[in-house]
Parts: sequence; structure tokens; C-alpha cells
Amino acid sequence: MLLDFVNFYLIPGLVLGCIYALGAIGVSLLFGILRFAHFAHGDLMTVGAYLALLLVRVAGLAPIVALPAAAVGTALLAVLIDRAAYRPFREKQTIVLVIASFGVALMLRSLVQLLGGVGSVAYVPGIQRPLVLFDSLRIAERHLWIIGVSALLVVVLHLFLSRSRTGKAMRAMSDERDLARIAGIDTERVVVWTWLIGGGLAAAAGVFLGMDTQLNPYMGWDLLLPVFAAAILGGIGRPYGAILGGLVIGLAEELATYPWIGTTPLVSPDYKTAVAFAIMVAMLIWRPTGLLRGRQFG
Amino acid sequence: MGLTLYATALLTMGGIYAVLTLGLNLHWGVTGLFNAGIAGFFAVGAYATALLTAPPGATPSGGLGLPVATGWAAAMLLSGALAWAIGKICLRLRSDYLAMATIGIAEILRLIVKNELWLTNGSRGIAGVPRPFEQLAQPWAELAFLLLVLAVLAIAYLLLETAVRSPWGRVMRAIRDDEAAAAAAGKDVAAFRLQAFVLGSMLMGLGGALSAHYFKYIGPEATQPLLATFLVWVMLIVGGSGRNAGAVAGAFLVWALWSATELLTNRLPPDWLTRAAYLRVFLIGFILQVVLQRHAGGVLPERTAVRRPGP
Repeated sequence: MLLDFVNFYLIPGLVLGCIYALGAIGVSLLFGILRFAHFAHGDLMTVGAYLALLLVRVAGLAPIVALPAAAVGTALLAVLIDRAAYRPFREKQTIVLVIASFGVALMLRSLVQLLGGVGSVAYVPGIQRPLVLFDSLRIAERHLWIIGVSALLVVVLHLFLSRSRTGKAMRAMSDERDLARIAGIDTERVVVWTWLIGGGLAAAAGVFLGMDTQLNPYMGWDLLLPVFAAAILGGIGRPYGAILGGLVIGLAEELATYPWIGTTPLVSPDYKTAVAFAIMVAMLIWRPTGLLRGRQFG
Repeated sequence: MGLTLYATALLTMGGIYAVLTLGLNLHWGVTGLFNAGIAGFFAVGAYATALLTAPPGATPSGGLGLPVATGWAAAMLLSGALAWAIGKICLRLRSDYLAMATIGIAEILRLIVKNELWLTNGSRGIAGVPRPFEQLAQPWAELAFLLLVLAVLAIAYLLLETAVRSPWGRVMRAIRDDEAAAAAAGKDVAAFRLQAFVLGSMLMGLGGALSAHYFKYIGPEATQPLLATFLVWVMLIVGGSGRNAGAVAGAFLVWALWSATELLTNRLPPDWLTRAAYLRVFLIGFILQVVLQRHAGGVLPERTAVRRPGP
């Protein structure tokens, strides 16, 4: 019973949490630096997943090997999108950026549908057998990869934010934009780095989601809500909070489907997303600054 | 005959979209509230009227076969009530949060529509929604319904114009442009915002109801964010945010454009046809970018002496 819980609820929850966390880091950083909710972030994940699919199909790579190239491609694309679609609005009301990103989301998705097809596809067809550890702990190889690489990415991000000059400038700008500018921080450079990191991590989230389930053009859009919920839960503008928020939301979504009372799932798996939404609404009511006290955007 | 029917269909859809765009203009253009979940209010209105007016047996829990007017009233009441609940929670926060919350509501409603088969028939949708005047002969049935839609649009337009020009409308614009100043002048910012949010959402619910009666059917595809939310945003931005006439003009213009591109892509060979649909979506996204960047005021820009303040 306990092992069933670990195998079918805890580990999938952790995997989902990693995927949400990687997306939420980007959303949270972008909100901190550029002050807008990036509605195209989910579709950046989709693009990343399909770039990896291209490499898997053309070069015959394993998805996890295709990940770095897909991440670099998506990161560069994110910078290009910023130049073309967001930079013209830098000095205007930031809510206009939300509309613009809504449009970008749609353009990205229609490109994926145009070039990548409409239906669901898998990186590797067929069922993959899970590894069995200690006789009964079952964990799929892809889940090990997802959790391991996510942890690695978080460590690298932490080193970048805490050690490098650009990382420190990024945190400074997220906390006090005008002060950072006066202190001589090249804000456009920080913006470019924010897009590189946000885009790269979004691609990783997309590839992981594709590895865990399947790819389809709506995969990223469907993730947008839990990712926003994770960013709010962690405190907007707080990358570490976003990681925590992602894990909490991912675990909550999976654990809510566990038959806690009686034998039927507490929440039908069809309504997993509603769990994320409920958490988001609760946070908006009682603690809009998030668990880690993000900026007060009142 | 064919041309009459085509033009009627074009204008009817344009009119329904104009009602939705007027609702969004009250939210965003007049009050500055970012509603990213138009599809949610649309769905509530459409399903409410479908369930009340469809004949018994239309869904497992049955239609009620009530008069169309009851359906419309319920559509507006329910979407208004939903807006009130969301507004109570989110309107005191920054507009980005309202955007996230409304998109969340819209996605949850889509889940409910897809999964609660006893109520909504799931992906099969609800057929048999009555359309007023449908017993008339072609094309009079279509023309009569078009007139009904245009009448609804005209009433909504006149009411909104009166409201926007009244002291109430001035307070709304004051809140949009400088919240702190409006509050300092003694205006209850939260209450005014909630009123605008509920009223605009009621119009969106009505738009959903009109659509359900027009197609005599409502299914989950109609509540996709692309058609129900995004297109309405493009219409408002292209037409001119902040001005009711702009909202209406934008709705008809963008709908004509959207339909014209469909005429063009229909001439493509069949294997290109499905793909071309996505090209149209891309094109609409591109138009939005161009209008936002080059013609921020839209076709009919708002006429005010004071420009919006910068950041």
C-alpha cells in the first residue's frame, strides 16, 4: 500500500513538480525583471519539446541528449521574440506586454501545428519498462533522468544567481529596478540573460513533459495555469520560491488523486488542473506575496 | 440567394462578436481590467441558455424547453455571478493577477464542459437549442435572427454609451488612468471596478447565449481560447480600445478579415487545407503585433484630451 503510494503518486508528483518548477522559474524571473505575466511561456515549452523531437527524428538522438541543443535553440528564439515583439513596449504600460505575449503564444502554437503536425507524437514509441529497485520500488528510467537533470539545472541556476556578476545584477534588478539602473547595471543585458535562462529552462520543461507523456501542440498551453500558480505560490520574482511552488503544485495535483477517503480518488484525475487553480486562488486571497514573500505588486 | 445568406451569416457573427467586444471594452478599454478568460463567461452563457431552452432529452439531465428569453436572462445572471466571485478576489490585486485568475476559470470551465457528461454531453455538445424565427422560410429566418442580434447590439451599445458618458463612466476612466487620484477624490475604487467587471461579463455571457441559439448547438470547441478569447482581444485592439464604436467596428472588421482568409485558404489543395487554418491564426497574431506597435490607437482611437500615463 505504501509502495503503491510512492510508485504511483509520490514519484509522478515529484516529476510533475520538476516540470512545473522549471517553467515557473522563467515566469517568476521575467515577472521580476520585466514586470509582466508572460503568457507565451507555455508555448515556449512546446517549441522546446518539438525542437528536441526534430533532433530525435533527424539525428536519431535520445531525447535527453537532444535536450541541450533544444534548450539553446529555444533560448535564442526567446531573445529574438523579445526583440521583435516585446522590446518596442519596454517603456509603455507593462500590461500591453501581456496582450502582446498572448499573440506570441498563438503564433508559436500555430507554427508548431503548421510544421510539426496536429496530433500527439511520442519521442520513443512503445511502453518502457520501469526499473525495479529493492524488489518493489518501481521507477521509470525517464523519471530518474527528469528528476536528476532538473536538480542539476537548479544547482547551476543557483550558482549563476549567487556567484556571477550578471546573476547578481539580475537579482538586484528584480528587487529594485530604478536603483539597479542608477548603480550602472546594463539593464538590456540583464533582460537578454533573463530570456536565455527562461527560454532554456522552458525548453527543458517541455522536453521532460514530452518524455513523461507525449507531445502535442497544446502541451505547453495546458501547463500555463499550474506554472503561473507555482510562480505565485513561491512569490513572484523569487526563483527559489518558484522551485518550491512548482514542487508543491506538482505533488498536490498527483496526491489529490490518491484515494485518501474510501477507495475512489479524492479528486478525479480529469480535474488535476483544478487543484493548481484552487491553490492559486487561495494564495491570491490570503497571501498574494507568496510563500517566500515575493514583491508586493499591489 | 447564396450571397444574401453569406452576407447574413457574416453580419450575424460580426454582431455576436461585437457584443463580446463591447463587454471587453468595458473591462479593458474603459476600466483597465485585464480579462483573459472571455471563453469562460462565453461558455457559462452558452451552456446556461442551452440547458434551459433545449427540448427535454437534449442532455442526460434533460433540457427544460423554456422560452428563449429565460435562457438569455439566466446566461447574463450566471456569468455576472461568476464575475462577481472572481472580482471579489482579484480586483484588489495588480491586473496581471486578474489575467491569470480569469484564464484559470476559463480552463476549469472547459474541463467541466468536457468531463461532466450528465450535464453537458461532453465533447458531443448540446444540439437542438432553439433559434428564434427558425420556422420562417429561407432566407427570412436568417435575416430575422440577424435583426434580433443587431437589435441586442444596438441596445447594448446605447446603454454603454450612456454609462460611459455619465459621471459613472468618468470615474471608471479616472480609475483606469490614475487609481490613487480617484481614490483620493473619495471614489470607492474596488466597488466601481467590480460593477464594471460584472456588467462586462454579463455581456460576454449574453454573447455566448446568442451564439448557442444561432448555431442551435454548443460544444466544447466553441469555448477554445483561440476563438472565444483571443479573437475578441484582437477585435478590441484593432478597433480602438476605450471607444464603444471602435469595439463594434473592430469586431466586424476582424471577423470579415477572418472569414475572407478562410475563403482564400479554401481554394488551396485539400492536403494544404488543414495546415492553412494555422496559417490564418498566425496571420491574426501578426496583425495584432503590427497594430499594437504601429497603430496603438486602433481604427477608431479613443477621443480624450489626456493621454495614458507611462510607467
